[in-house]
Amino acid sequence: MSRPWPWLGGRPARPILSVMDSEGELLLRLRSGDEQAFVSLVARYHEPMLQLAASFVPSRAVAEEVVQDTWLAVLRGLDGFEGRSSLKTWVFRILVNRARSTGTREQRSVPVADPEPAVDPSRFGADGGWADPPEQWIEAAEVRMEVGKLADRVRGRIGELPARQREVVLLRDVEGMSSEDVCAILALTEANQRVLLHRGRSRLRQLFEDEFREVR
Amino acid sequence: MRVFAFLSRDLACQQAVELVTDYLEGTLSRSARRRFEAHLAGCPHCTEYLAQMRETISLTGRLAPEDLTPQMRDEFVDLYRRWRSEQQ
Repeated sequence: MSRPWPWLGGRPARPILSVMDSEGELLLRLRSGDEQAFVSLVARYHEPMLQLAASFVPSRAVAEEVVQDTWLAVLRGLDGFEGRSSLKTWVFRILVNRARSTGTREQRSVPVADPEPAVDPSRFGADGGWADPPEQWIEAAEVRMEVGKLADRVRGRIGELPARQREVVLLRDVEGMSSEDVCAILALTEANQRVLLHRGRSRLRQLFEDEFREVR
Repeated sequence: MRVFAFLSRDLACQQAVELVTDYLEGTLSRSARRRFEAHLAGCPHCTEYLAQMRETISLTGRLAPEDLTPQMRDEFVDLYRRWRSEQQ
């Protein structure tokens, strides 16, 4: 079956942006009534948007509403979009602003308030050297990734991160956005963004180590 | 790399693991970076740790977004059409 939008069918990594020639072309198509361009844009960002929204609001259902509202706001704002940021950054900013005003979570305090070591201090000796060094797990993870058994676990582990670490990890590492864009979207300073990223990644590493230690 | 051993004398593994993100983000000062790398050169555990942090980033970066269900696809086509008709 030949379809005009072959990437909609399977699950290629990062579908549209590499296929659409440019953001300018995508915008042109969105503005000129190309509904497939819209659907492929939604398909690409919907899930990370849901996950991000979910960390601000009390339930999945509310998160879904926020995302729906965001897409409508995106469409309504298309003509006014001037391209001062990327389309993606703009969409995610709208989302976070909406999720914030909908959500019940309190105003965010400075994340560096509570120190959180990257590695459990009990794994180091008195001299600060490793007493219980990292267990090897990279190869085991790669084998499982290869057979497609790991993706859901990785998703689940990301879901276990504290909300603010999860937000940064989602945007930086899952979505591959720049620290500059992530700071703009989440209204974080560079330094705080880095602290959250460090804690999130460090926790994830530990979760993976635990996971593969169990497997053996 | 034992030449640099003196540089790493005051950097413990417990401190090194806290520098990994700054190192990967390129925000360490030149001297701190050199000290970190000197520590790695003499420490297989921290070298493994750094590799695991890179692997962690790599694993999360390989998640493909879930497909939209056909129903969701239809809903978004509807949303788009409603917006288009609003515009006319």
